[in-house]
Amino acid sequence: MDAALEARRMEKRFGTVEALAGMSFSVRSGELYGLVGPDGAGKTTAIRALAGLIDLDAGDARVLGMDPRAGGAVREALGLLPQQYSLYRDLTVMENLKFYSRLYVLPRDVFRRRAERLLSITRLDRFTDRRADQLSGGMYKKLALAAALLHEPKVLLLDEPTNGVDPVSRRELWALLHEFVQGGMAVLISTPYMDEAERCDRVGLAYRGRLLLEGEPGALLTGFDEEAYEIAGGDRERVESVVESLPAVRSVSPAGSRLRVDLVAGGREGVAAALAPLGAELRPVAPSFEDLFLSRLQGEHAA
Amino acid sequence: MSPGHSIEAERLSRRFGDFLAVDDVSFHVEKGEIFGYLGANGAGKSTTIRMLIGLLTPSSGRAMVAGHDVASDPEGVKAAIGYMSQKFSLYLDLPVEENLRFFGGAYGLWGKDLQRRAEEVLELTGLAEHRKAITGSLPGGIRQRLALGSAILHRPSIVFLDEPTAGVDPEARRSFWRLIRDLSRGGTTVFVTTHYLDEAEYCRRIGLMVDGRLVALDTPAELKRTWVPDRVLLVRGRNLATGAASLRGRPGVRAAEPFGAGLHLRVDPEAWTGAAVRTVLEASGGEGVSVEVVEPTLEDVFLAVVGRGDEAQAAREVAS
Repeated sequence: MDAALEARRMEKRFGTVEALAGMSFSVRSGELYGLVGPDGAGKTTAIRALAGLIDLDAGDARVLGMDPRAGGAVREALGLLPQQYSLYRDLTVMENLKFYSRLYVLPRDVFRRRAERLLSITRLDRFTDRRADQLSGGMYKKLALAAALLHEPKVLLLDEPTNGVDPVSRRELWALLHEFVQGGMAVLISTPYMDEAERCDRVGLAYRGRLLLEGEPGALLTGFDEEAYEIAGGDRERVESVVESLPAVRSVSPAGSRLRVDLVAGGREGVAAALAPLGAELRPVAPSFEDLFLSRLQGEHAA
Repeated sequence: MSPGHSIEAERLSRRFGDFLAVDDVSFHVEKGEIFGYLGANGAGKSTTIRMLIGLLTPSSGRAMVAGHDVASDPEGVKAAIGYMSQKFSLYLDLPVEENLRFFGGAYGLWGKDLQRRAEEVLELTGLAEHRKAITGSLPGGIRQRLALGSAILHRPSIVFLDEPTAGVDPEARRSFWRLIRDLSRGGTTVFVTTHYLDEAEYCRRIGLMVDGRLVALDTPAELKRTWVPDRVLLVRGRNLATGAASLRGRPGVRAAEPFGAGLHLRVDPEAWTGAAVRTVLEASGGEGVSVEVVEPTLEDVFLAVVGRGDEAQAAREVAS
């Protein structure tokens, strides 16, 4: 089947910065594709190229087989939520949505039905009369997302849409995206958050303008052969301060009431010995996405 | 004010027109504690912070911060605290160390004292190697450490961090939280809001806001025990959608949400075992189904407290 979104060896340089260095991937209709990676990996530039907002130095961006800079049919098929977006600050929540509805010439009953649903999902239904400049950062973001979804585009590009959005709304937005995707929408989403990467059908790990790794989250994890550990027991605060000072420990982070630790190769025995007097123990656990990506990125830094 | 407390809020409220943004909120924060303040967008977190740092006068109630009354002595509060807002501002065209000198000057530090303190902060925040770099050329995670650094130059006893890690990648977030914990161990009180509940686990205690009210306040472990008596199951496999839809309607199934290719379930432990869930999913076409019992997370707590419970529903009805 043809790709709804296609990035073919995209290259783009801004001055001395190589933002895209031959990045390629494709997204099918009915697929949710996550572009993950640290700051400066090229995620935003890739999205801007696919939205037809910038010209590439080399390579191609295609939306439903069309050049996204063409306008017309491609414009209608495409929804975009950039990181920096502007709504009309002096209009209310509802007025902003009405404005977008007119832009896309939605029939009134279609607008009413979709607006009601989007407002409920984004929990903005109590704030329809509030002016956009009176919304908190997360609410403003949710309104922008609702506006981008209003015309139910065939292809949706989302650049870090959940920054500053609360966990309940975040889950509901993900459930909503899954629903649109099941209805055939192709969604490309960039995010710095690894738990969100795991919610995608496929993910690509971007770094320095290209993909280091791509695949289904489950399959990628299955193929990851490094060990991950948790520390259980003991007084967490005390355990943490001891563990942090051990050279074999690359990083420590909380995992529920336990601590997750990233160890250098061969560091296991030393760490276990240091934990024993604290009444804590080291246990191997299934690696998470964050383990996988951090390990690959550290590999790149070292290379 | 109790000597062990950094912050005491007593029946604090703030009204904007007919909108009650903060509604009768009381709590205290102990000295040196990392205190997390969580809630949905628009729940009143930032409004509470703005009152506690002396930027906004309470409509009623009172709050003492570092020994100063926020209503009658807002200037005393401002001198005693550090604040890093959601959209922190730094001079992007200045080098890192000049930003520190500028903010230090704004806090009344100068000469040798300013220089010494700027050095300390560069060390503490791990920015010494970037001191000459133009701030705008640095990645977001490093700028964020600089923003925190400039908020602690004047050695405040309390720092308020309003969503300090929004949009920052995991590596940078970890190093930021290491810094927050160092501050706390050094005796600084940290009052922090975040939407990332994995990092909220670093907090000693957490307050949860719903529609302007503080509805829960406890340690992460106690919050889990109180609010999530359910069994939490992580399901993996293929073709789970039909089974998930059928589970959703059944008694004892409190939530069934997509999680990547899998499912996140909360069930009544009396009514459901992992095996029973698996049977249902397999009967509706699920393949390769595995079910794992997992520890509830703070996200489960958040969903239970803030989710569309009766309270949120009631609030909506009152509002409409």
